[in-house]
Amino acid sequence: MSLAAKSNEIRMALTGNESVAYAMKQINPDVVAAYPITPQTEIVQIFSSYVADGDVDTVFERVESEHSAMSAVVGAAAAGARSMTATSANGLALMWEVVYIAASNRLPIVMPVVNRALSGPINIHCDHSDTMGARDSGWIQLYSENAQEAYDNTLQAVRIAEHPDVELPVMVCQDGFIISHALDNLYTLDDAAVQAFVGQNNPRYSLLDVDHPTTFGPLDLQDWYFEHKRQQAEGMKNALDVIPEIAKEYEGISGRDYGFFEEYRTDDAEAVMMVLGSTAGTAKDVVDAMRSEGKRVGLVKLRVFRPLPVAHLVRALRGKPALAIMDRAESFAASGGPLYKEIRSALYDCEQAPMVSNYIYGLGGRDIRPEDLRQVFEDNLRAAAAGHIEKPVTYLGVRE
Amino acid sequence: MSDCRDEGCQRWQTPAPDATWRDVPRGGVIPRGGNAAEYQTGDWRSARPIHDADLCIQCRLCWVYCPDSSILTNEEGEVIGIDYDHCKGCGICAAECPKEGAMTMIAEEF
Repeated sequence: MSLAAKSNEIRMALTGNESVAYAMKQINPDVVAAYPITPQTEIVQIFSSYVADGDVDTVFERVESEHSAMSAVVGAAAAGARSMTATSANGLALMWEVVYIAASNRLPIVMPVVNRALSGPINIHCDHSDTMGARDSGWIQLYSENAQEAYDNTLQAVRIAEHPDVELPVMVCQDGFIISHALDNLYTLDDAAVQAFVGQNNPRYSLLDVDHPTTFGPLDLQDWYFEHKRQQAEGMKNALDVIPEIAKEYEGISGRDYGFFEEYRTDDAEAVMMVLGSTAGTAKDVVDAMRSEGKRVGLVKLRVFRPLPVAHLVRALRGKPALAIMDRAESFAASGGPLYKEIRSALYDCEQAPMVSNYIYGLGGRDIRPEDLRQVFEDNLRAAAAGHIEKPVTYLGVRE
Repeated sequence: MSDCRDEGCQRWQTPAPDATWRDVPRGGVIPRGGNAAEYQTGDWRSARPIHDADLCIQCRLCWVYCPDSSILTNEEGEVIGIDYDHCKGCGICAAECPKEGAMTMIAEEF
């Protein structure tokens, strides 16, 4: 992502929560449902004031739990309404059953998720255990480095979700507190530009289309369930074509270009780090500092985790000597974190695949410092020189 | 509200035997009303009710009690048989029948 902007864009100072709520205001969705208890986020709270002030036309449903919030937007989306909600951590966990139903009913719901640790022990701070747990739910997942990307991803998510080749819900992920509560400078589009970009929702089926009565969510046993799952897998595959199309169109109005991932100074890198989310900002500073010392290090910041852009990643990583995968989640497989597993598997058939190591870090909001990331790069430069990795999985920043 | 964009939507029927995942409506949606009767649920049955028209006194208690609308009647409302495509063999009709032998359950052999 470049820091470019078009001349009609407006510079604002917003937190990650505010930037996403502002994007939702500009989208002006038909229905938003939310349950305002911790672990909720400020996003729906801020959005509810837009509703109260008459800045949006949205029907805002206050429901009695996160399970109900997701159920309400499933119903609204089935009715053909452009529907959104937002959640975080245990709130997402409570939605679980309906999160899967939203995806399998092919409902283009957009849900900002503020990444926070799942309890227990009780913790409200940043890690990716919530959305990583939802990685097999059938939702597209976009991860954001800062408030700007959270804003831009939210607008693009509407178009990705509703694209006729996709028709899948999208989670727009941003790191809890680090992005959600930190004030950031960002460019925003004007309302008319957003409305022109998101356009009109044109659902394939609608419960309110009384001339074409439909049933959503019927029983689907051994005879056709598998075929519907196969269709769903195809929608996710199609998203690999649609996400870059939408990004290109968005670049046309914003000047900011988005790929599946961002490669930062990776060209001749001996050691490459892969991260999701806000850690990318810290890592770029570390890359710059180490590059100025003549050390060949680089960064891949993954934006799109679902669908996983395997072919593109293989092309980008082929021939790099060492790759460090940073996981802000533990999957308790006794063999490494979720991003590590997927990327390492993606590289299995790649000629000149890098040696891959895994660093689990930052759980429950544990700070990730430049010196921690420098240590990862130094480990991997050493591994690149030696031709082998000493330790496949490291817990970074824990008291050993 | 737009017209349905699914080309097959208006013509859609129960999928043909050679249909693939490409041919069925997305998300398991049923894009047509009034088609529950096409879903044949009679193969759940382990016992089969047998209606004997000669012994039947046309009290229609079986029709009243059947939880699945599986008692077939003619235009006059007389019981004429069983809808075996949907009868699940619960046996309520036979249990409620006041006439010995008019409605009996036998083991199902598909």
